[in-house]
Amino acid sequence: MVGHLLEVKNLEVEFTTYAGVVKAVRGVSFEVDPGEVVALVGESGCGKSVTAQSIMQLIPSPPGKITGGEIIFDGENLLEKNEHQMQKIRGNKIGMIFQDPMTYLNPVLSIATQVTENLRLHKGMSKKEAMERAVELFHLVGIPDPEIRLKQYPHQFSGGMRQRVMIAMALACEPKLIIADEPTTALDVTVQAQILELLKELKDRFQTAVILITHDLGVVAGQADRILVMYAGQIVERGTLDEVLKTPQHPYTWGLLKSVPRLDADKSRKLTPIWGQPPDLLQEFSYCPFMPRCDYAMAICAEEMPPFFNGGRARCWLNHPQAPKVEFKKEVS
Amino acid sequence: MFNYIVRRLLYSLAALLVVVTVTFLFMHIIPGGPFQREKALPEAIRKNIEARYKLDQPLHIQYIDYLSHLIRGDLGPSYKYRGMTVNDIIRERFPVSVELGTVAILLALFLGIPSGILAALHQSKFPDYLVMFFSTIGIAMPSFVIGTLLMYFLSYKWGLLPSATWGSPQHVIMPAIALAGLPTAYIARLTRSSMLEVLSQDYMKTAIAKGLPRRRILWVHGIKNAIIPVVTYLGPLVAGILTGSFVVENIFAVPGLGKHYVTSIYNRDYTVILGVTIFYCVLLIFMNLLVDLVYPLIDPRIKLAERKEQV
Amino acid sequence: MALSRELFKPLQKRELQIEIVRPSVTYWQDAWRRLKKNPVAMGSLVVIIIILLMAIFGPMLSPYTYSEQDFARKNQGPSAEHWFGTDALGRDLFTRVLYGARISLSIGFVAALVSLLGVLYGGISGFVGGWVDNVMMRFVDIMYSIPFLLWVIMMMVYLREIMPENSGLIAMYIALGLVYWLPMARIVRGQILSLKEQEFVLAAHTIGASRTRILLRHLIPNCMGPVIVTATLAIPEAIFTEAFLSFIGLGVSAPRASWGTLASDALVSLKSYPHLLFFPAAAICITLLAFNFLGDGLRDALDPKMRK
Repeated sequence: MVGHLLEVKNLEVEFTTYAGVVKAVRGVSFEVDPGEVVALVGESGCGKSVTAQSIMQLIPSPPGKITGGEIIFDGENLLEKNEHQMQKIRGNKIGMIFQDPMTYLNPVLSIATQVTENLRLHKGMSKKEAMERAVELFHLVGIPDPEIRLKQYPHQFSGGMRQRVMIAMALACEPKLIIADEPTTALDVTVQAQILELLKELKDRFQTAVILITHDLGVVAGQADRILVMYAGQIVERGTLDEVLKTPQHPYTWGLLKSVPRLDADKSRKLTPIWGQPPDLLQEFSYCPFMPRCDYAMAICAEEMPPFFNGGRARCWLNHPQAPKVEFKKEVS
Repeated sequence: MFNYIVRRLLYSLAALLVVVTVTFLFMHIIPGGPFQREKALPEAIRKNIEARYKLDQPLHIQYIDYLSHLIRGDLGPSYKYRGMTVNDIIRERFPVSVELGTVAILLALFLGIPSGILAALHQSKFPDYLVMFFSTIGIAMPSFVIGTLLMYFLSYKWGLLPSATWGSPQHVIMPAIALAGLPTAYIARLTRSSMLEVLSQDYMKTAIAKGLPRRRILWVHGIKNAIIPVVTYLGPLVAGILTGSFVVENIFAVPGLGKHYVTSIYNRDYTVILGVTIFYCVLLIFMNLLVDLVYPLIDPRIKLAERKEQV
Repeated sequence: MALSRELFKPLQKRELQIEIVRPSVTYWQDAWRRLKKNPVAMGSLVVIIIILLMAIFGPMLSPYTYSEQDFARKNQGPSAEHWFGTDALGRDLFTRVLYGARISLSIGFVAALVSLLGVLYGGISGFVGGWVDNVMMRFVDIMYSIPFLLWVIMMMVYLREIMPENSGLIAMYIALGLVYWLPMARIVRGQILSLKEQEFVLAAHTIGASRTRILLRHLIPNCMGPVIVTATLAIPEAIFTEAFLSFIGLGVSAPRASWGTLASDALVSLKSYPHLLFFPAAAICITLLAFNFLGDGLRDALDPKMRK
């Protein structure tokens, strides 16, 4: 591979709130290669959505502000681009799918308007060409009777259908990267599976890279090439799908894996939730932010922030050669 | 759709009937009747007049008589202006009020909506404070205060505009501003808060994520949503302009229906009070119906039939 | 790097638990705290209290009465003796504006009190539901189909004929009382209807709470915010209406004078004696402004949606 499609380096994002400055993203670095699916996993409030929205520069400012780092997309630093230059990238080279198709579609504009507008804008299509492309897109994402459906309004669509519309919109200009921010969270389980299947199919077909943001490891399992686990604004573990799911090295990942309910597990296996709550991101951490919730916490965890061990796999003191050997009990898979 | 309109019409008619009945009763059970106050009318003449206006008959006969004329659109004669019917008065005076009112409504919309949007786009910055300052003053200043202040400064002190009567475009300016003051302020606030709400909506994020230019995001995605509450305010807006005209037309001696209505109240010209009130009610009920019919065109979520449950 | 072995000793369980406990505050404490933080609303409250005190005690302290005429000193501008000057009959304008404050404020408070009747009406309608609700609300709808001002004008035209002796003040109370419960009835009904659907009410039902308990403990307390805001905002509206009616000659009449009457009387001699208009107009504007600001502040403070 010549170069990465996307390279996020040391990204820092802050929000000024009534209570103080919230450091939502604290030095996150990762890269995405063409055609690859990278999953960003973590609890709500861990900074995964903020990271994703920073790439598109969708962070509302104020109160939000990107205070540090670089986001290199296709060889160019997006953070150095002005608003006008960003407009040429958004929806054109990077598509975005949001969590709740209910609220992310404009209620007073027809579906046709919403699907065709970026085609006309970015690709300079005529109204007719854009409509033809929209019909094609609807076939692609599996919306029956496109000609009729396009004339309708969002409230006439079911949740799953709306998400298909969102996907069609994101795909319209054949972007190199799609950011899917919890694309299935607001949907019924059966619909979730369909949407995930669709995403996978489309990704294979167009060789689009995908950043998949989710709190659900079940979603990740069938989809991702690589996994990034985020906690308290940092990446705490990263690796390929197999590495992270089979040999996780951070107790937080263990916790996430243990709290996934499974139908095929035998009855003796208990579902173990992660104890406690995520930390307050108003504070600075001189120690491991997961320490207060960690079953394996050691004195050093309260003293110093762990670095990445094992060639950048996990940020946990347990991987230090002097640390006692703790095996992740393979209760899962 | 059709059913809905019919239902709405029937409902409006029922409301109208109640209004007519109540106002009719108010005007007719006044002790002594409308001609009591005339100075020293000889008994015979008074009887004579009362017979002419059918005031000597029992109340229910008068009521039925009034209704049967009303259905034909006949609002009856004026007690004070001999030879004039209420219809004549409305025909003569109302166009003036319409002219003034239209200018005021347009002023309120074309000033209120843009300044509300401007304020929302620059929230907590200078334009926002400016708009909020003026709209707060506008809301706290009754039209007669705005009107009299304008009159004092613009015509008495600086001699820029004619202080009273009607006829040239200059005559419209001050009364229109006085009339539009409160609704402009209200529309500006309404638009501001609704625009702020819209700006924070998820679909605005989608629009940005699609790489649309700012202009299109605002005008196509934002304003169409933000304008919806303003449409709902159109009914009350017309009502406000109408009642406001009572005061403003008086201050500036505009020969409109509002001024005549107030004069009739002074003169105790009961048939005119009754007739004009009914006329106003019909007008407003009709306007509200119109707004209801326009509403689904702007907000596709609202189907006509659902609208009523929502209220 | 070699680190001290001590560092790798396990920590005692939950040794370093960081508790974030925020002090719990009741809804009303929270609302009051937020209101106190709003300088415009607090300033308005102070202004209202000053106006109120002046309306109550001002006329007692003034050396003039509102009807005392002094033809030697008519139409005077503001001076040390007559702060606001005198009117066409040589009456002290300051004293008359103070009396006007009594009238305007009393009308405002009557409207606010009447609006509380609307709580009962709307509450019953929304809580009982069914055909009762239907009938009660159709009546409100009909009243709503024409502007309140027209109702009030009709009422005033009638009332001043049957009770000409008391300068229209009582008539004004009655006429305003006729309509000022309506908006409140609608708002409370709407609140109750939406609250009834909410999970916490459902939860109360499932644990077997009685209807009365649900009404008293769950529904009414949750309506109080909008009720207070609506009642507060009814005050400036009624003051406005009174001024409007008095201005067109349908309100409080001589020898009494409300702010609207004073402004209306001043119109004739506006060209020569603008101060006669200026003072009552300023009094109206300041009062309306203060009540509107207070109402807005209360809305912000009481709206639980904005609670952080």
